[in-house]
Order: sequence, then C-alpha cells, then structure tokens
Amino acid sequence: MDPRFKIAHREALIGVALAIVHFIWWFGFAYGLGSKPVEEYSYILGFPDWFFYSCIVGFILVAITVIILVKFVLKDVSLEEEGDEQ
Amino acid sequence: MNIQVIIPMVIFLAIIFFIGFWSSKKLEASTGGFLQEYFLGGRELGGFVLAMTMVATYGSASSFLGGPGTAYTMGFGWVLLAMTQVVTSYFVLLILGKKFAILARKYNAITLIDFLKVRYNDSKAVVLLAAASIIIFLFSAMTAQWVGGGRLIESLTGLKYTTALFIFAVSVLVYVVIGGFRAVAVTDAVQGGVMVIGTLILLIAVIIAGGGVPNIMQDLLNENPNLVTPYGNEGNLSAAYVSSFWILVGVGVVGLPQMAVRAMSYKNTRSMHRALVIGTLVTGFIMLNMHLIGIFARPVMPGIEVADTVIPLVALKILPAWLAGIVLAAPLAAIMSTVDSLLILVSSSIVKDVYINYINPNATEKKVKTLSFGVTAILGSIVFLLALNPPELLIFLNLFAFGGLEAAFIWPIVLGLYWSYGNKYGAIASMITGIVSYIALHFYNLAYGNLFDLHTVVIPVVLSLIAYVTFSLLINKTKYIY
Repeated sequence: MDPRFKIAHREALIGVALAIVHFIWWFGFAYGLGSKPVEEYSYILGFPDWFFYSCIVGFILVAITVIILVKFVLKDVSLEEEGDEQ
Repeated sequence: MNIQVIIPMVIFLAIIFFIGFWSSKKLEASTGGFLQEYFLGGRELGGFVLAMTMVATYGSASSFLGGPGTAYTMGFGWVLLAMTQVVTSYFVLLILGKKFAILARKYNAITLIDFLKVRYNDSKAVVLLAAASIIIFLFSAMTAQWVGGGRLIESLTGLKYTTALFIFAVSVLVYVVIGGFRAVAVTDAVQGGVMVIGTLILLIAVIIAGGGVPNIMQDLLNENPNLVTPYGNEGNLSAAYVSSFWILVGVGVVGLPQMAVRAMSYKNTRSMHRALVIGTLVTGFIMLNMHLIGIFARPVMPGIEVADTVIPLVALKILPAWLAGIVLAAPLAAIMSTVDSLLILVSSSIVKDVYINYINPNATEKKVKTLSFGVTAILGSIVFLLALNPPELLIFLNLFAFGGLEAAFIWPIVLGLYWSYGNKYGAIASMITGIVSYIALHFYNLAYGNLFDLHTVVIPVVLSLIAYVTFSLLINKTKYIY
C-alpha cells in the first residue's frame, strides 16, 4: 500500500476519536449539569455552569487539541503522484 | 431606510466584484486546463482561503438569521444544538483528509462525481444517480437561499422584493460566472471575514445594551427559567433530538458535495493543516457568538415574532446606522457565499459530469469554456426567475437538500475511500436507500412526531450504511486496489 495512505488512515481515525471525545464532553456537561433544577445552577462569568463547560470550555479545548494535532501529530505528505513531485 | 446602512453594503459588493475580475484574469492566465481552473481553482487554495470557504459555504442564512432567531425563542438549548457544528470544521478535513486529495489528483477528478466514477469502476448508474441528486436538491437549496438574500436586501433597503432579488442575483452571477471556483473561494474568504467582524461587533453591542451577561441572565430567569436550561423554552428539546444534530450538521456534513469538493481543492498538506486550525476557530466563534446574540437580544428587545428578523432588528436598534450596515453585511455575505458555491457546483455537475462524460466526451477546450460560462449564467437566471415566485415543488425539494444528500453520499464517499470491498452495487443501493428513506421518514415524522425522538436524518444514514455494506458484500464482492 502507498505509505501515504497509512498516514491518511491514521489521521482519519484521529478525527473519529476526537469527534467521539468531543461528543462525550459536550453531552456529559450539558445534560449532566443541566438536568439539575434551575435553582441549583451555578453561574460562571454569567453563564449557567452546564453551558459554560459544555460549549465554551468544550470549544476552547477542541480548538487547542486541533492546534496540538496540527503542530505535532499530523504529517506533511506530497499530494502529487509518486515520482511526479514538483 | 437610512443611507448610512446601505453604504457599507455597497462597498462590500464592490470588493466582491473586484475579486471576480481578478479571478477571471487568473483564469485567462492559467495553464493547468480550463476545467480544473474554473471548477476547482487549479487546486491551489491556501490554508486561510480553504478554511474560510468551508466555513462560509457551510454557514448560511440559518447561521445568521434563522438560528439566532430560534435561540431568541428557545434559549440556551438552541445554542447547545448550534455548537454541534464545531465538529464539522475539523471532521470533514480529517476524514476526507489526505487520502481524498491524493486520490482526486491520481484520478484527475475535478468534481466529487469524477471521484465516484473512477472509484466505482465507471458505473454509469452511480454517476447519473449522483449527478441527478446534486442537480435537483442543490438547485432547490440554492433557490431557497436566493429568496433569503432577496428578502434580506428588501428588509434592509426598503426596495421592492423583485428589485432586491435582482440586485442580489446580478451581484452573485457576475463574479461566479466570470471568475469560477477561485472567485467563489476568495470571495468566501472576504465574506467569512465580514461574518467574523459582524459577529464580534454585534456581540459586544448586545452585551453592553443588556447591561452585562449576569444581568441578562437574571432577566432571562425572571422571564422564563427554562430559557437557561438545555431543554428549550417549553422544555420540549430532548437530549436525543439535540444530539441527533451531531449527524445532521456535524459529522454528516462529510457527505455534502459542496464540502467534499473543497477537500480536493487545496494546494498541499500545509494548507490543509492551517485550514483545520483556522476553520475550527472561526466556526466555533461564529456559531457560539451569533446564537448567544440571539439569546441576549431577548431582554434587550422583547416581543419579536418572526425569527429571521431578530438579528436585523436588534442591530438597527442598538448600533449606529453605519455600524449596523457593516454587521448586516454579515448575513448577506453568508447567503452569498453559500449560493455561489452551490451555483458553481451544480454547473460543474452539468458540464463535467453529464455533458463531458456522456454527451460529448471529445468537446474542445473552447467549447467547454463557452459551455461552462453559459451554463453557469443560465442556471443563475433560472434560479432568479424561480425565486421571484418559488414553486411548491422547489420548496418541497429543499426540505431534503441537506439531510437527504448526506444520507445519499456519506457512505459512497467515506467507505469508498476507506473500505476496499465497497463496490458500485453498494454505492447505488446506499444512495437510493438514503434518499428514499429520508423522504419517507420525513412524512412519517410530520404525521406522527419524530420516530424515537430523533431528527429525520439519523435513521436514513444508518439504513444507507446497512445497504452499502450488504450490497457490496452480496453482489460481485471484489477487493478494490487504490
């Protein structure tokens, strides 16, 4: 198999894994904290806690993860035909 | 209507036109073949433009008007739902990723269907089925967006709908027809920038107008505590329903042809890596903040009945006119950047996938060129005429444009890329199952309420997966060598 495909397959699996973790984080905080009675909500920077963790912190963590992936994990490959590099 | 609101929009349109002319110069100077240049921008997109064109193509009227308007009514539950879109920004590029870009070059594919054609051994059924779905559904989606663009200009300028639609149509048509995909992508980058700036200005203004976030939250709690829960203003947003948007507007977006074609347009893997970062940041920023603006607008300006008018009304109320003009260029930009991509995509399907594949494979470069300009212009004109008075059938088809196409294309694309045993029988079965079950379930859900409390898209995506795998294994099982 084309060695570039090994890299591509690995990175696609990373994408699936990130989406699964992202979903668990998003769902866990939203419905974990958000299912309490409204009177018991606490507020962070003005936002209800479930929303703050699920959507705001969740987004920031995902963005940081993507930056780390791009900087340290994803590999540059040539997209052209092998032996046809420019 | 205030002339100060209109001036920023006119400047915005002028910049867009300029990019169109610049791109057409590039088109004339290109050496890589007209088709690749016109429909794929010569595969030269850099990271920033790639990220922005993905965000802008995907972010449409609903991100700037309908979505925030619904958040205004339903509260934080709808923002939670909107945030499922952050996943698209990295998922599409990581999943299609390098393999799609490498194979697209190897197959010399210019459209998504070119890719499917080679992958599924020149199956005429796959090509025609795919082309028909793209042309029918995206044509309808495009018309719906044009109506939105016309209505927006109408409401901002006070012009008559026909005149407003005409201005919108001419603006889009000029740069798309002469500049092709490159013009679409680069104007998308500008439009994406306008969307970010507009979002930021309006967010700050609405927080100030509401007296700070804690204050706004108190107002919402006093009005209806349900607004700050994840369950919607009447407690009717279930976790299952909201989660199914992870498929509709999240991971399922991989199956949308207008997104997939972008994943073969970038120059090199460095562009793709940059686009991952920029795309994630920009999507998250816009989706989070636009929908928050929708909620925050509630105490600031209570009692708005029509969801789509929340953002324009609030902007005009709390901002100086010229600033409101800049902010309201954002939804206009969002609509334009969606329709331009659909227009060039539908045009490429007609010219490349149908005409060159099956009607006249030996067409000369000159003929292809005339035809590409011509088809794009004629398509645009037809859409304009239809948008004047949209027929029922179009409105009906538009309902399936998003989820239906996802259910049709997701597995032929994704499993076509990664599963060697996927074959044309699987692809055909998957596309038919996806679309038919989507339409059938749509009617069931309308009549009896959502099956299993899920959005319509979920079950057809599962069924089309089963169809793909079953038919690939049952009929003519062969291993595909990439």
